[in-house]
Amino acid sequence: MNLRASFLLPSRAWTAVFLAAPLCIVAAYSFLTRGDYGGVDHPWTLESYRRLFDPVYLAILWRSVWIASLATVLCAILGFPLALFIARAGRTKNLYLQLVLLPFWTSFLVRTYAWLFILRDTGLINTILLRLHIVNTPLPLLYNDAAVLVGLVYNFLPFFVLPLYATLERLDPALLEAAADLGAKPFSTLWRVIIPISAPGIAAGSVLVFVPCLGAYLTPDLLGGGKTVMLGNLIQNQFTSARDWPFGAAASIALMAISALLLAGIMRSRAARELM
Amino acid sequence: MPAVLELRGLAKDYPGHRAVDNVSLTLDQAGFYSLLGPSGCGKTTTLRMIGGFEQPTAGDVILNGESVTALKPWQRDVSTVFQSYALFPHLTALQNVEFGLREHRLPNVTERALKALQLVQLADKRDRLPAQLSGGEKQRVALARSLVLQPKVLLLDEPLAALDPRLRKQMRGELKAMQRQTGVTFLFVTHDQEEALSLSDRLAVMNKGRIEQFGAPEEVYLRPATAFVAGFLGAMNWFGKAGVRPESTRVAASPPEGVLLRKGIVESLLFLGNCIHLNARLENGECAIAEIPRDQCPYAERETIWLHWQPADELYFE
Repeated sequence: MNLRASFLLPSRAWTAVFLAAPLCIVAAYSFLTRGDYGGVDHPWTLESYRRLFDPVYLAILWRSVWIASLATVLCAILGFPLALFIARAGRTKNLYLQLVLLPFWTSFLVRTYAWLFILRDTGLINTILLRLHIVNTPLPLLYNDAAVLVGLVYNFLPFFVLPLYATLERLDPALLEAAADLGAKPFSTLWRVIIPISAPGIAAGSVLVFVPCLGAYLTPDLLGGGKTVMLGNLIQNQFTSARDWPFGAAASIALMAISALLLAGIMRSRAARELM
Repeated sequence: MPAVLELRGLAKDYPGHRAVDNVSLTLDQAGFYSLLGPSGCGKTTTLRMIGGFEQPTAGDVILNGESVTALKPWQRDVSTVFQSYALFPHLTALQNVEFGLREHRLPNVTERALKALQLVQLADKRDRLPAQLSGGEKQRVALARSLVLQPKVLLLDEPLAALDPRLRKQMRGELKAMQRQTGVTFLFVTHDQEEALSLSDRLAVMNKGRIEQFGAPEEVYLRPATAFVAGFLGAMNWFGKAGVRPESTRVAASPPEGVLLRKGIVESLLFLGNCIHLNARLENGECAIAEIPRDQCPYAERETIWLHWQPADELYFE
């Protein structure tokens, strides 16, 4: 075995044991029948996949795609100006990048719980609004789609900002001057020069936000209060309380397939080829 | 001819130094002008203040009789050809040329853009992206993109610097032809004295943020106003306080009579193709260069020679 292969061995072993093997198990489970007390049983069947097309589950799928799309759009609206600002910030650039990464110093779970304390009836926002007599009863900020969206956007915004920042930072400032020189006002320059050129960064950021949001489990669970069921919650539910492992496995495979199709589509686009 | 562009006491301060210091200049309609100077002399900053990319600390930029000092770049009727060309990488050659026409909401955009590409002989490459064009072709697209807007003044920021020497000479000729053909006033920034001398109707020599001389190439070359201008526009031999150009410096094997002369020895002979540069070491230890025809050089290295010149060829500065 040569040196190169031996250095790659640990990561290959890790991938095989902790990624490929469980994936094969999940794939196999999805074609089996549910056991009486959880687990799986014979015979092999396509029943779980058929059930995915039940309107109830299609609605959950649609809802997940919808919420993940909304989160991605919101991240784009918030993240684009931020990334542009940081890319043009000159010497303070690194400070701002650190601030974007600051939330990662605490765990995902803690950060999501923090939103509970901000949004709940006796939380920060409602307390302030009540004290100022702007409202008389607490606003229902928690346990709805909006709360889930807030949590997702908050958690995944850095994943949009960073790749976009990387492309914007490489943008030649002379291009912006050339646009202005040719008569383009700032908004026109943004629309006709900055956005098209940073398309690879926008695409990368969108994938990095959309894919994890589609499979999000913790955020809808904590902030949606079980009312906002997304694919991730459905899968978790099937493996725990519903004790339907094959259906949970089939839903997992479906989730992966959607993500993979989306990635493949973006990889084939011109934007991705430029990014590579 | 009315003045198309006038700079009045233009100055630009950066923290710690003054990049441009009291620059005043008047450009007439349809001329080819150059700003010549070493790097850091303030020529590019001056150009950027005309384009609207830098706000002057003091002074005024007057275009067609009206002050544009407070106007943004997109409000000024001038256009810049950037040193890096700054072509939009996501647009084809044709779309690059169309960009400004669309911004100005002009009719017949594609037709006009095609004409401009024809002017720079690139109509056949209209659908290429900048990445698929050579350096010279990018340069021409940039030129077409600016000229198609028929600006009052075309500002060129060292546009030939990134090209290889052969292409540079070819583009030089094309630039001049283009200026004559379009009748647009060109203001050309360069650090290359040969470019400035060969292209310009009039050129301004800049040093340390100031204009040292503004005049026709011949005038600036033959009657430089300062020692800096004399030295920057070509080699200069210093015989005491008098400066003499190498091509006015003659060589003799024995001391000729009735002329000004210096004794020296031949240090090296450089064959330049069309002429020979004889580098001499004078008795006082200083160096001097004589440019002599290649068939009139019977001298060898280490040989003692006399350099001589006519009093009329002497240049004096304060």
